[in-house]
Amino acid sequence: MAYTTFLPPEFRVVIDKEACLQCGRCVQQCGWSVYTWDEAERRPRPDHSKCSACHRCVTFCPGSAITVKHNELAFKRSDSMSPDLIKAVWKQAETGGVLLTGMGNDKPYLRIFDHLLLDACQVTNPSIDPLREPMEMRTFLGRKPDSLEVSTSGSSLRGTSVSPAASARLLTELDRQLQLETPIMFGGMSYGSVSLNVHRALAMAAAELGTFMNTGEGGLHADLEPYQDHIIVQCASGRFGVDTSYLQAGAAVEIKIGQGAKPGIGGHLPGEKIDYQVSITRMIPQGTDALSPAPHHDIYSIEDLRQLIYALKEATGYKPVSVKIAAVHNVAAIASGVVRAGADIVYLDGFRGGTGASPTIIRDHVGLPIEIAVATVDQRLRDEGIRNRASIVAAGGIRSSADVVKAIALGADACAIGTVALVALGCHVCQKCHTGCCSWGICTQRPELTRRLDPEWGASQVVNLVRAWTHEIAEVLGALGVNAIESLRGSRERLRGLGLDQTVLDVLGVKAAGS
Amino acid sequence: MTSSRQTRDRHRSSTWLEGPAFTGLRNAHSQRPAYREEAAQRILGGCGLMGVCDQSGKRMSGELALRSMASMHDRGNGLGGGFAGYGIYPELPDYFCFHLLYNDEVAKDDTEYYLKKHFKVVMEEPIPTKPVRGIENEPLLWRYFLDIPEERLLETQLSAEDYVVHTVMDINTYVDGAFVASSGKNMGAFKGVGFPEEIGEFFRIDEYKGWTWTGHGRFPTNTPGWWGGAHPFALLDFSIVHNGEISSYGINRRYLEMFGYKCSLQTDTEVVAYLFDLMLRRHGLPVEIACKALASPFWKDIDLMPEDQRKLFTALRMVYGSALLNGPFAIVLGMADGMVALNDRIKLRPLVAARHGDVVYVASEESAIREICPHPEESWMPQAGEPVVAWVSEKGRRKATAQAKVSAGQRRMAQGQAPVVVT
Repeated sequence: MAYTTFLPPEFRVVIDKEACLQCGRCVQQCGWSVYTWDEAERRPRPDHSKCSACHRCVTFCPGSAITVKHNELAFKRSDSMSPDLIKAVWKQAETGGVLLTGMGNDKPYLRIFDHLLLDACQVTNPSIDPLREPMEMRTFLGRKPDSLEVSTSGSSLRGTSVSPAASARLLTELDRQLQLETPIMFGGMSYGSVSLNVHRALAMAAAELGTFMNTGEGGLHADLEPYQDHIIVQCASGRFGVDTSYLQAGAAVEIKIGQGAKPGIGGHLPGEKIDYQVSITRMIPQGTDALSPAPHHDIYSIEDLRQLIYALKEATGYKPVSVKIAAVHNVAAIASGVVRAGADIVYLDGFRGGTGASPTIIRDHVGLPIEIAVATVDQRLRDEGIRNRASIVAAGGIRSSADVVKAIALGADACAIGTVALVALGCHVCQKCHTGCCSWGICTQRPELTRRLDPEWGASQVVNLVRAWTHEIAEVLGALGVNAIESLRGSRERLRGLGLDQTVLDVLGVKAAGS
Repeated sequence: MTSSRQTRDRHRSSTWLEGPAFTGLRNAHSQRPAYREEAAQRILGGCGLMGVCDQSGKRMSGELALRSMASMHDRGNGLGGGFAGYGIYPELPDYFCFHLLYNDEVAKDDTEYYLKKHFKVVMEEPIPTKPVRGIENEPLLWRYFLDIPEERLLETQLSAEDYVVHTVMDINTYVDGAFVASSGKNMGAFKGVGFPEEIGEFFRIDEYKGWTWTGHGRFPTNTPGWWGGAHPFALLDFSIVHNGEISSYGINRRYLEMFGYKCSLQTDTEVVAYLFDLMLRRHGLPVEIACKALASPFWKDIDLMPEDQRKLFTALRMVYGSALLNGPFAIVLGMADGMVALNDRIKLRPLVAARHGDVVYVASEESAIREICPHPEESWMPQAGEPVVAWVSEKGRRKATAQAKVSAGQRRMAQGQAPVVVT
């Protein structure tokens, strides 16, 4: 047979010939090489099969001549064999490979966040106007003692008018904490999977917002050193870029055990993405594939994790250690073990979390929603009386400020965003991160593409986004009649479930709407 | 009911001794209606409150509190009133006094079986009342003066106070139809459904004398009043009267559950009482510092404090963030040795304070103070989150108790009763 492929193009690029200025900018902008320049007719010709619907050309076409449409080929209707499944079969029949994809799970599983409703004050307790009153978002991540010891200068306390609050001294020595001015931080995205300009933008934004960016597993580029007080350095199974100075550079260290988009498997950054800068940052030879093993080969059980946690604490002068785990079925028990092993922060990554590259089967079928993970972990740690010992960060599926509010009400101390931070930088969620052709210069190392992202502009985009979300969270707090984020944290009483079955409600510890 | 029990079991702290094995109750799983089910809805509402404390230890008649509350009649709606008095049992000042509300005789039998199993009952008697128009459907009201057998403390490895807390939680959670209204020494809470002045008259509180009194009138907005739900809420020597609503109730409750408290009453006031017990008694924090965690200063102010203070207040918010009482409130905390009044951090409920000589007054309205002290030497509006603290001198308390003991014995003899003899 002479077919090249059975696969029809997913999209159709439609160019309005009247509007086209014949400038050729689309040819220049497309990272996927969709367009070729037809010299004879002096106009671009699209190859529809290469289009990812990233809209780079649409955005930059000066004549607004381009639209991208779904290639709506009719397939015989079937509730079982959908066109997507048929195409997946063809793809694998033609290549014999594992299907790869990028970004987060896009399957229509129940979106629990969208079935949770928030409370508001009426009459008996007043709502608070966030434009007039302070709304406090400051959050501390790290281990806290159960109680404090306070000295009150001698016995003069009782029966005197001297304010003891002014003379009291704290005797308890607290562990080091991460101080966030808003309960939103950035999830780990490695340099190598994303471009250095993305890292620069996120680091600048984190410093300006008073929060933290996370290096991911690709090491810390020297250019980011000025921002290191706002950077969490990750130590993952590949140990890329890890040495003492790297560990000491960050405000905290994160041990990445798992990732929501691909629980239980490692990573593979192809050699083409390992240019000189990536290679020195990751401390691997240029052009070699960067393979992260599925497990850490020095962590085969919880006692090994404990050793690594304390090794990292020793190396960093007892900075907080975060342990990132994917939300899987037994996440509550795992998190309890992680806390008992000495972690100061448990970073939970839900199954909708993004990735630079993952086998589609893993991304779409493995893991748990972050809502379930946060609720069960928070409750488990409380049941065991160890909730104070670690903070919970919820990530992997945080799409809006409403999600942040609900995750915190379920029990998270803070949320981390990855995908939406990239969206603020121009990402159109085309799910082709693994190809390295990102026209927006985000998920690529091709210099002609990465230079498209101006870090300072990117930082301002991300700062705007997080500031806007923080204002929205303040609006919700005000409506709830509280003025500090700690009064929302774990306050499931302020949530009601609508359209969730009783089992899910019980797991979430949330009452049904109306009850 | 089975399922709610299971849910509760799941949330239990493993360090907590409890359940039928500990309680030894015959019908801990009976299906009779319990107070907690009557209180299944959260109780919201506004209220009026007062407190008066003589720092010299001189004992004042409960009539004072009654009169002060009566002047704030319109702040309640007749669905709950109550008082707490300190120094009112000088005859038996060293025993834990349990005030109990019973639905019926079965609840009383169950509770007495339980009490006798866990305590030495030094004295038991009905709480004296008199018929008052407007007070009806009153539960059986009894009080017990209790001593803890030494071997029980050894067995359970608990302090006497923790032992009492356990038993109070047990009775309130597991004995259907029984509710412990107060459990401290030389103090008691008198409360029920009615206007405060009616409740005070019903309990004859003018016949008691104490160095501290607190009073409360309720205006519940969405529940039928029930006797257990009236204020004060008391645990050990702590009693709370509260006007307002704790918007952070959800997390305050879950925080307390981690330390073994069971919030069986579904009212936000209960969590205030338990938070004080946790922070003052179990964590040993000075009351002024505890108040700074419950109604904490704002970060913008903390950031400007001198180094030492900033460290302390930052740590307080970090460690006790889940204890922050957010939302409008004014509370008066009664303690064995004093009284504290506190507003929320942005003062969303009224609270006025005054002082005349050794006596400190607080109330929702200044009129309620002037009713019982027309010309106080000073009066002021406490700032948001700034506690008003009054301590009763220990010497004064000892003296007042000793004097009262003699006169109480004489009174009982004059009434043809045996003077109380405890062996």
